[in-house]
Amino acid sequence: MTVARFWRKIPQRYNLIGTKCTTCGRHFFPPRTFCPDCRRNGKIVDHKFAGLGTVVTYTVIMTEPDQFASPGPYVLAIIKLDEGPQMTSQVICDPKEAKIGMRVKSVFRKIATDGESGIIHYGTKFVPVE
Amino acid sequence: MRDVAVIGIGCTKFGEHWNRSFRDLFVEAGSLALEDAKMSGEKIDAMYVGNMSAGRFVEQEHIGALIADYAGMASRHIPSTRVEAACASGGLAFRQAVIAVASGMEDIVVAAGVEKMTDVAPGASTDALTGAADREWEGFVGATFPGLYAMIAQDYMHKYGMTREQLAHVAVKNHYNGARNPIAQFPSEITLDTVLKSTMVADPLRLFDCSPITDGAAAVIVAPLERAKEFTDTPIKVLATAQASDSIALHDRRDISTLDASVAAGQRAFKMAKLTQKDINMVEVHDCFSIAEICAIEDLGFCKKGTAGKFTADGETALGGKIPVNTSGGLKSCGHPVGATGIKQVCEIVQQLRGEAGKRQVDNAKVGMTHNVGGTGATVAVHILGRV
Repeated sequence: MTVARFWRKIPQRYNLIGTKCTTCGRHFFPPRTFCPDCRRNGKIVDHKFAGLGTVVTYTVIMTEPDQFASPGPYVLAIIKLDEGPQMTSQVICDPKEAKIGMRVKSVFRKIATDGESGIIHYGTKFVPVE
Repeated sequence: MRDVAVIGIGCTKFGEHWNRSFRDLFVEAGSLALEDAKMSGEKIDAMYVGNMSAGRFVEQEHIGALIADYAGMASRHIPSTRVEAACASGGLAFRQAVIAVASGMEDIVVAAGVEKMTDVAPGASTDALTGAADREWEGFVGATFPGLYAMIAQDYMHKYGMTREQLAHVAVKNHYNGARNPIAQFPSEITLDTVLKSTMVADPLRLFDCSPITDGAAAVIVAPLERAKEFTDTPIKVLATAQASDSIALHDRRDISTLDASVAAGQRAFKMAKLTQKDINMVEVHDCFSIAEICAIEDLGFCKKGTAGKFTADGETALGGKIPVNTSGGLKSCGHPVGATGIKQVCEIVQQLRGEAGKRQVDNAKVGMTHNVGGTGATVAVHILGRV
């Protein structure tokens, strides 16, 4: 990934800033600039999510792509944010502890590296809530 | 709309073609299809080629022109178009060819599919395939294709209680069929133990739940039904062509373990053909992972939601069962050269309908179906074909 492409993503990558349609109240993360329900009648504004959610489904990735290789096997999950939308992210926990329905909260973490001298990608992961 | 028939089919051997190039593969498949239709290439009016990612796999774009050129058509200047919808590229190329003939715009049209995936390192091919999902919001955070389908499997098993053993039956059955298909990449029978003891890729999916990386090409020739007898005694009629789309990301689906695009495309196809599930003698479904076949046979209506694991373990999808599924060996055993898969499915159904499927022949096959999925279900193409 190039620097330009990565920096362009900063607001959504570094924070859980998505969007909300003020016409119907539906929240979007990843952000959408067009409401699928209200279509052109929808009015879209930025929305910062609280970062709390529930694991809908998950897996443990045992064969990691090169850029994710350093931490070993990791838990990948679909998380339903309390505001409604679902997103894909990693949950930092013992893979044996991962389960459907587990409560999680967002944290800022390193995601991947483009080789030894490449860009380090940061973004949102999740941790279990006690 | 005119009725459309398949008049010729051709498929390379699927596998690792380290001694052959991308263009060699599709030229072979095209030549086999022409030979099968007893036709000279000069009769061809147009071509559609399904290809997912030659740009990533062999660093070649502009596939439409390349394929026409090396098929010997450069001096005839026929229209040749690349069609891309990830793993559903082949199914969409076939659909475009059918539409072109049905509309009356063209008469003799080739639909081909080709992918050369072993010219890059495994990591690079896995990364290229991730482009079939949402790169910014799935791939970025570490989603792989096995990972996404593993999340479907986890959701499915949590909701319906399917056992790990039931899921393994999909691979065992497909390898049994593939062992009877001369073009299959892995034509060997396996046992439940082979699956259950194979390397864990993404929990709960193991190596033998996953389709392989494959080189291969397939081609079919379609023509107006009224002209089909000029070329073949056994034309196979296209009874329905349907396509549907859904959210690119798995996390945006209404239900994680239902592919709504499969449901929609299936319903549209049955409506167009004026047929029901009972009329289908065999179906080629998109088993890129074992769980994908479980979802597919439910989403297409061959069994109730939540019951496909037992249905499969009971042998209902095997040769001789209620509805034989993936008689070719499926993507699992026959191989999955991404862009070629949708066309290979059509080739298999045509062989079955002509009674040319050898040891994997379904008795008295009259109507067959193909189901080709792009990504985790963002594109689905369904076709129904029948004997005339």
